[in-house]
This record gives sequence, C-alpha cells and structure tokens, in this order.
Amino acid sequence: MGGRGRGRGRGKPMSFDIESLGFQNKKELPKSKEEPPPLYPPLEFKPVSLQEGEEADYLLALKQEFRGSMRESPYFIKPQSTKRDIERYSDKYQLNGQNKGQGLGWTPNWNTFPKELRIREKKPKRLKVSVKPSLSVTKVKAKGQKSDSKEAENKLKQILQTEEDGDDDEDEDEEEKKKKEAEGEEEEEEEFYDDEDIEEGTDYALSYFDNGEDYLDADDDALEDGPVY
Amino acid sequence: MAQSQVRLGGLLLQHQYGEIVENVGAFLAAKGSFTLKDIAEGTKLGINEVKKALCVLIQHNMMDFERNRRGLLEYTIHINKVLFITRYPRYIYCAKTLYGDVGEFLVEELLSHGQMLMSHVCRRVSERITQALEAGQSVDELKVRKTFVELVETHFLQRVAAPPSDSADKVDEETELQIKEKEMFLIPPAMDIDYGKVNPTVSSSGKRKREDGEEGDKVAKRPRSTSPLSDEKNEDAPDKGVYWHINFTRFHQFFRDQAVLSALNSKIDRYACEIVRTMLRVSEKTTVPLAPTTHPMSSHEIFQSLPPELDLNRQTLGEYLTLLAEDKTEIVNKAGESGGGMYILNMQKALETLCKASIESVVQERFGSKCSRIFRLLLMKRHLEQKQVEDMAMIPAKEAKELLYKLFSENFVTMQEIPKTPDHAPSRTFYLFGINMHQVSRMLLDRCYKAMGNLISRREHENTENRRLVEKSQRVDAISASLQSSGADTTQMSEVEEMITPPERQQLNKLKHDINKLEQSELQLDETIFLLESYLPGSEAMVLY
Repeated sequence: MGGRGRGRGRGKPMSFDIESLGFQNKKELPKSKEEPPPLYPPLEFKPVSLQEGEEADYLLALKQEFRGSMRESPYFIKPQSTKRDIERYSDKYQLNGQNKGQGLGWTPNWNTFPKELRIREKKPKRLKVSVKPSLSVTKVKAKGQKSDSKEAENKLKQILQTEEDGDDDEDEDEEEKKKKEAEGEEEEEEEFYDDEDIEEGTDYALSYFDNGEDYLDADDDALEDGPVY
Repeated sequence: MAQSQVRLGGLLLQHQYGEIVENVGAFLAAKGSFTLKDIAEGTKLGINEVKKALCVLIQHNMMDFERNRRGLLEYTIHINKVLFITRYPRYIYCAKTLYGDVGEFLVEELLSHGQMLMSHVCRRVSERITQALEAGQSVDELKVRKTFVELVETHFLQRVAAPPSDSADKVDEETELQIKEKEMFLIPPAMDIDYGKVNPTVSSSGKRKREDGEEGDKVAKRPRSTSPLSDEKNEDAPDKGVYWHINFTRFHQFFRDQAVLSALNSKIDRYACEIVRTMLRVSEKTTVPLAPTTHPMSSHEIFQSLPPELDLNRQTLGEYLTLLAEDKTEIVNKAGESGGGMYILNMQKALETLCKASIESVVQERFGSKCSRIFRLLLMKRHLEQKQVEDMAMIPAKEAKELLYKLFSENFVTMQEIPKTPDHAPSRTFYLFGINMHQVSRMLLDRCYKAMGNLISRREHENTENRRLVEKSQRVDAISASLQSSGADTTQMSEVEEMITPPERQQLNKLKHDINKLEQSELQLDETIFLLESYLPGSEAMVLY
C-alpha cells in the first residue's frame, strides 16, 4: 500500500512494489515464464537397473499368471449395464438373456457371511397375477408346463426345493425388500408377466427381432444373444 | 499417506476384481464404514452389484462387518489388506521354496479363492498336479493333505473365524465371529491324515467323487482355473464349516527373518547367518511371535541346536557371538553371563538397520554420493549445526550448504531451533540438523505407494493404447492355432503369420518388454514397501490377526 506513491512514475504500473522486493530496476526482475511448467521434474541421476535373475523372472511369471487367472475367476465382477443409444422395441425380447448373469457365480459360506448379502434370483412368477391359495403348487405346475415333458421328477423336486427356499427368503426379507429395492424392479417384474403372456400368445418367433451382427458389437462380451437361426 | 494408499488400493482392486469392486472398495476406504443402503446410494450402483462386491471382499478377507447402534450392519474395508495383493507372488514363491510344488499350488489356490475348505483345496491341488504331470503318474491326495497339515503346523495357514457353537443364547451370530486361540490351527478330526491310513475308503471315495461328480468343473482344459465353487458338493465335505485362509502375518515374519539373515550373510559371513538362524529357531518356542526382542538364550542352547554340518566348536561359536554382540548394529545383545553367556536377538533394531541402509541408498541414488555422506554423518552424530556439517563431511563449505538444504527441502532432514536469548534472534540461535527416522520412513512409504500407483496406471495406459494391436495378435494366434490343429500346410501358416507386419511385431515386442519392466519394478518396489512397513510401528504389517 505504501508503495503506491513510488510506483506512479514508472512506465507500467505493477500490483506489487519492486523496490521492497530488493530490485532497483525493473529490468532485474526474473523473466516471467510464458509457457506451462514442464511435465516432469528434471531427472538428475538415472535410476539403477532392475534386479535380474531366475527368481525375478519366476516371480514375474507368477504375477502375470495370477492376474490372468483372476480375470477369469467368478470373483471378477463385470459390469452388466449395456448402454443403448435409443430404446428399441427388440429390447423387450432380448433383455432376457442378460438377466442370467445375476447370481454370484460362487457360493460363500453363509454361516459367516451376513444374510442381507444374499441375492435373490428373479424367477418369472407367471401365475402370481391370478391369486391362488397354494402358491407353491401352482408354481410347480407352471414349471412343469414350461419345461419339456422329458424332464425327470428329480428336476421338478429340485425346482420345488429352490422355490420353497426362495419363498422362505422372500417371506423373511419381504420388508427389507420393500425398503431396499427400487420400484423399477417391480416394474420389471410386471414386464415379465406381460412378456410371458405375450410369448404364449404370439404367432411370431422370438428371433423375429434380429438386430444383425453389428448390433451391440461395441460391448465386448457383456451379452450373449439368443441363438442365431 | 492414506490418500495414496486408497488410490493404490483402488487400482489393485480394479485389476483383480473388476470395476464394481473397485468402486465399492474405494468408497468405503475413503469415507469410512457404511451400511448396505448407504453404499448403494454413495456409489450409485445397483444394489445387487453392491452385494456381489461386498461378498467378494469378505471372501478375500479384506472386509469386516459389525452391527452399529441402530442395529444395521456396517461394512469396513481394511485397505492394508488390499495392499497385500502386491505381495501375492512373493507368498507363492516362498511356499514353493519351503514346501515344494505342492505347497506352491496350495497357497496359490487359497490366495485366489480367499477362504476354502481343506478338503476342497486338497482335491483341487491334487487334480492340478495330476494334470501337470505326465500321463500315467498321479499324485496321492494324502501327500497333498500332509503338506497342508505341515503348512498349518508352521502357522502359515489359519482357520477363519466362525460363529460360536453355543448359539443357544441369543447372540447375534453374524457379528460374534470369534476364533479361539488354540483352535486357530486345529485340523478338524475328519481331515486328520492318519484317518486316511486307518480308513483307506476316505481317500478312494475322494477319487471316486472326483471322477463322477465334476463334469461341470472347468478344470479339464486349463490347469489353473478358479471355477465356481458351487460346482463342488459342499455336503460331501467331511470338514464342513471349517474354512482356512492364509496367515499373512506369519509370511511377513518369515520375510523379515529372511531379510535380516541375508543382511548378516553379506555383512559378516555365512556362519554368523547360520548362528542367528539357529537363535531364531530356538527363540520360536519361548518368544511371542513378532515381539521386538527375543527371550534370552544361553550359548549352550545355541550350541546344541546348531546344525551339525556347520562344524563349529564352542570356542568359534563364542567368538562369533562376541563379534555379533559388539557390532554397532546391535542385533545381538549380551544379556548376562549365566549359561556361558545369555544372548538376545533384537529384531526391532535389525529392522531399523535395514531401513537405514535402504534410505541411505535412496539418498545416494537420488541426490548423489556427497549427499549420502552428509546423510550418514547426520545419522551417526544425531544433531549437528550447519558449520559442523561442513567441517566433518570434508566437502567444500558452499557445496555442503547447498546439499544440506536440498536434503532439508525434500524433508529427509529436520531442523531444530534452539534459541540462546529470549528474543529468537537468528544470529543468536542454534540451528541443529538431525534425522527423524520415523518421519523419513513415513515420507518414503508414501512416495512408494504413489510410485506403485503410478506404475500400475502407466501399465494400464500402455495396454489401452495398444489394445487394438494386442487384440489383432490374439486373433492371429487363435487362427494359427486352429489351423495347426486342423493340419494346414506351411504356406497357409506363413500367410497367417504375415498378417502381422514387421513394424507391428516390433511394436508388440516393445509393448511386452515395457510391461514386463513395469511389473518387475512393481515387485521390487514392494520389497522396499514391506521393509518400511515392518519398521514403522502401527503400520499393521506385523499385527497378529
């Protein structure tokens, strides 16, 4: 502030006082840089080379193999969302393939894991629209109709078992479900009902909406499309 | 330091388990413990994806959960355990040197799955070995189990905490995971190796299960695959519920001992190294692991436990012990005269010496040997004034001043002002320069974490830049492999090879070379990180789990 008076006689007024910094003349000021600073600080001494030898090579090989195998393991969770540029009508029929990747892929030891981390597989609950007193029985029937007649009784029993387990889980965590799961999921379930009904009744083959080979090419391996006819 | 740790942890999780796990992990590491709903909101991921990520993290021993005041479960991530991922190859290699190929495969399976039942691990490993060996040879699962038991006895593997068996009282099972001290290394009786000898049906039934039960198992083509565990029939396992995981602390202890021994080997000679190794073995029975100093042991004990091939007589042993005790690194201390001389091993001092040596070499490589001389001088003399530094280092004054202040600006050296007069006039205060080992170690550790993160992201950058080329070469390899299997002639093969032009091939080679160099740097950097972590108190590298 006090330097304001002194600075008046100069050519270019500056926001700070040159004299108080120790410079007599404006020319002695260090030149201001007019380019961005360098990307890396200057390296004075080159670093020493890496360790060589059998052990180092073996460790390196171990590391790369381990990383490769971890990528293939079920613990590597690939993001599922596939981005669409515009909504297409065929999505309704082809999104079924995606939902298969919902489960974990491996079973943790539920004894030591918190129960709230169980993922419920969405099963198409087709006959829920019409309210029937014994839900599990109708579900078995529905499954029986849907699957081939060649299916052995064992398979049915297994399905019944899992359905019952699914039911138990649902009963217990129904409140949690309401709290935590968004409404979007329920909408999707309704869509499922519509899908199943339409599926039953249409004359068109499911593969009618064939988007061609280049559709979804950009997404690497996120989606295995249905069978190609 | 936490920030660089979080960044490094995020990168490691991304490469190991995918982006979703990275999002969840980084969110929890940066912001603390949260409930499931909060995590889903904070990371903006779907709730199922968050659940999957949490399961993966718990399975690999990186996450804990507990009930908070409101009764909801809160999840906490332990970032230091995530950082162990950089050390996995070293663990595997260590198991290989100690227990051979069987040990190597056991540790590798456990590392890729996190926690597993003993029966499952043994089964998978024996299958893998059978495939790796030539046709006709097979490995007995009993041998695999024996190695497993050895690993457990030396505490390299330990049990996972389980809910208490007395769940009759309404204890919340999910959070009361305890493990009794004595049970931690107890093999369940069903898996006892003697049991296999008594009941030969156990091992043979294991083989039968292997044959008919595992078509779904993808082990057939690739010897190393982490196929889903749901294929394994959990109900058939005789030791259901007893899960095992790697005891990282024990491995760290082993690495620490190895580092100290190799230092002694190069400093004195291999006899000293063997003597200290014997001392370590003797002290294992009497000392709590990871204590800073061991229990005193008499030279008679040491003499008796020496390996016979060393061929040392008592007198030479005595001389070596005196030499070690008088060494300025103070690794071995003489504690008394009873029993021919009582000696203590001071591991904390040993680590400190190793750290000092590391940091000295860092200074030397970064600033030059003159700076290193000043650094060593300050380490020796603890506190010096600037003038004294100039005199003692025998470096011209101007240069010494410059170097000293350079070290000071990089925080290797600290300064303490001691005023002579109540007004702290600069001309009348002492300015003492010194080195604070803890501070310097922490600073270097932080730099190491940043460097490691940089290495990983640089590697990723190289990969993405050349992805098109790498994919092309993969396709070409696949084509040539299929051609070869269908028996094509050489012209077709050479045509396929020519699909990759020479400059492209050169580029591919360069890429491979660069990536190898980057990965090797990571491995070597990890050694320094380990050393610094074990020296610093409270860094949780050496915490008993």
